[in-house]
Amino acid sequence: MTASLQHPGYDPERLLCVAEKMPCRVSQAGTLLSLMGEPAQYSYPSIFLYGHRSTGKSHVINTLLMDLELPHATVSCVECVSVGLMFERVLLALFGPDTSTLLPRSPSLSDFVRIYRQQAPLSPANQTRYIVIEKAELLRDMDSNLLPVLVRLQELVDDNVTVILLSEIVWDRFRPNTGCFEPLILYFPDYSKGDLQQILSQDIHPSYSPELYSAFINILLGVFYSVCRDLRELRHLVRTQHAQTPAGSGSDTNLKESDTHKLWRNIEPHLKKAMQTVYLRDVSSECSDVVFLSSGLSAHAHVELPYYSKFLLIAAYLASYNPARTDRRFFLKHHGKIKKTNFLKKHEKTSNHLLGPKPFPLDRLLAIFYSVVDSRVAPSASVFSQISSLVTLQLLTQLGHDDQLDAPKYKCAVALDFIRAISRTVNFDIVKYLYDFL
Amino acid sequence: HLQVQTLLRERLCHQQLPQRPEGVDSQHKHLMELLKRTAVHGESNSVLIIGPRGTGKTQLLRCVLAELLAEEDVDKTLLQVHLNGLLQTDDRIALKEITRQLSLENVVGDQVFGSFAENLAFLLEALKKGDRSSSRPVLFILDEFDLFAHHKNQTLLYNLLDVSQSAQTPVAVVGLTCRLDVLELLEKRVKSRFSHRQIHLLPSLSFSQYLQAVQAQLHLPDTTFPDTTFCYDWNASLKVDKSVEAVLLRHFNSTKDFRSLHRLLMAILCRVSVNNPTIKPADLLDASRLLSADAMTNVLHGLSILELCLVIAMKHLNDIYDGEPFNLQMVYNEFKRFLQRKSNSLYNFELPVVMKAFEHLQQLEVVRPVDAAAAVAARAQREYQLVRLMLDHSQIMEALQKYPQCPTDVKQWAASAFG
Repeated sequence: MTASLQHPGYDPERLLCVAEKMPCRVSQAGTLLSLMGEPAQYSYPSIFLYGHRSTGKSHVINTLLMDLELPHATVSCVECVSVGLMFERVLLALFGPDTSTLLPRSPSLSDFVRIYRQQAPLSPANQTRYIVIEKAELLRDMDSNLLPVLVRLQELVDDNVTVILLSEIVWDRFRPNTGCFEPLILYFPDYSKGDLQQILSQDIHPSYSPELYSAFINILLGVFYSVCRDLRELRHLVRTQHAQTPAGSGSDTNLKESDTHKLWRNIEPHLKKAMQTVYLRDVSSECSDVVFLSSGLSAHAHVELPYYSKFLLIAAYLASYNPARTDRRFFLKHHGKIKKTNFLKKHEKTSNHLLGPKPFPLDRLLAIFYSVVDSRVAPSASVFSQISSLVTLQLLTQLGHDDQLDAPKYKCAVALDFIRAISRTVNFDIVKYLYDFL
Repeated sequence: HLQVQTLLRERLCHQQLPQRPEGVDSQHKHLMELLKRTAVHGESNSVLIIGPRGTGKTQLLRCVLAELLAEEDVDKTLLQVHLNGLLQTDDRIALKEITRQLSLENVVGDQVFGSFAENLAFLLEALKKGDRSSSRPVLFILDEFDLFAHHKNQTLLYNLLDVSQSAQTPVAVVGLTCRLDVLELLEKRVKSRFSHRQIHLLPSLSFSQYLQAVQAQLHLPDTTFPDTTFCYDWNASLKVDKSVEAVLLRHFNSTKDFRSLHRLLMAILCRVSVNNPTIKPADLLDASRLLSADAMTNVLHGLSILELCLVIAMKHLNDIYDGEPFNLQMVYNEFKRFLQRKSNSLYNFELPVVMKAFEHLQQLEVVRPVDAAAAVAARAQREYQLVRLMLDHSQIMEALQKYPQCPTDVKQWAASAFG
């Protein structure tokens, strides 16, 4: 379906070029164009575009403004650490380099508006000026008066200017307490599966035929679509997975229906494995080949700890996830029965494994450690220093102030699978000692 | 048809002044009288114009000013200072702006010299030296008046109102604000110097007046418009029928002010093009639907299936635990229970993948951490941080209806936690 962009104020050939650059976004571009109107006409003071990441908001706006050669200034809030940077950029883009030097050091909004008002009649606008602000959600964290002024900039500077805000987050979260001028809100819908297929097939790889490539993309989409619909992520995946497909299936020149089946069988296990590492961006694209040659474990499992450190970690895990009153039952030879009162029975629903680790004092850790370690251990500095190195490795987290030297508190920051693997290496059955698995 | 766009855009977007704003005749007269007393008779005054956003306070003031300045002698002698609470966030900046706008002697080009105290003393002296007969009246217009009340010690307000009380240079202080309780914000000494004159602009149109206003906004002037046949056709097509009335009634019931009306009309105006040169009721329906669509439901439409499942799991947790905050581990647990029931191997994802989806939801502000500062501090173990879901039941169910190719078992799961 190729709807075309039409607008009387702009050259139709240029519009055709523009429409080709944005494959599935022609209707949104049409709406924007009709809002912008002819270059000489006034447009609504502010427009708010929202939509998911990689739905083409910046792309459409920037293509429209640049190819139709409209005066505009594009600013990204991520780059503007201070407000002054934003003002400088805008003045530079709209009025030229000399005006941005007119701004005083650490300019306020008042200075910006004043200089704009001075410059506007000097270069009279027969075209609407546009200020595009990306990642507008960061405006909320900047000065509180910045957002209300930007949405009504047209009336404050008395000039034909429109501010376009692009964001992922809906407008309801932007509204200040006492209200502000409401912009016109436009939604950029996400791409459908067919759209994604069409767009991804446009990056043609030279060594593959188009049909094979589109079959490959189909398979990739089938695996990843339920998890991720972000165009940029999918493009990254296509690029990295391309290197992984065995060369044999790629160089087939005679393609039949059965070949797609072969392709599927070859690629599918690679894609499933990619879900574990490449999709999560644990590894960068350069070393993704190395990862696939190895067994595919993530870096986390390659930690080697000394013998006592392992027991310290196990003791820390037990201290974090067992309530203190149950220590007696697990670690003493002659314990009495623990009576469960009514209160305890009612509140046992959420296991500690859902709520997270609890902090424990050093004494408790050492008490559990001494009872868990099978040989007799003398309390020496080497044991204590291993606790500090566990904190440095971020397997334990230290809570409380650094000044509390006599009673430090810790929390265990390790997952159940990891601690199980470690306790297997020292022949310790940790599940028997966990309260939640009784 | 080009001229239609130009004309209407001027009216709707650029807030062109109407000849006479509707429905505010008494306020217009009141303000006109006050300003005339300052400008012509040399009497000092202060007044506050109060009204919710979009009801036309600035428009009223500009109309009155335009009418006032139409008189020759007023135009020559009246000095105006326009300040805005959003721009002049500090008394220092405000004072510099006043000095600039009045072109006092300590302004060279654009630079204002001297410290804050010096400037203030200079300004007050300049204002106090005059008298009723020989000095020019000054009109101070303070937009977003409530923001000036947040400055330190309210020095600017105190001084301006003080000057307006003492009989020296005729000074009029006009404040515009959207807060109805603005007087509570003023300090005692400032409040006592204020004349307590308030002009309230409350939207009090009835529905039939509203309909008339809509037609008036879209009406093309017969006399000045070049293409008379087009103009006639256009005005003829502005008849109100049942569907149009229903849509406008819904709009009227949610908000009566003119700004949202202008937004609606602007959205309709965009559909006017060479291909369809007149406005049809269908345009109005479309525009209304576009503007009143729930934003969060739109956002939910673009989520992946895994993220949608997480949202449903959170909804169930909210139902079971009565809105208590939860963390990712609990949500994952709930999701795994669903998977066990359905014996579906399609969605068997590992915790890191689920965590990435969860973080995406956090980025979209569908879920928000309960304690934002602690969330930033504790980078490790994000799966145990407590969060809250920012959607309610109806939004989720509506999103599920519109979700493209939603698997039926997911829909059934959403409908009941045990299905």
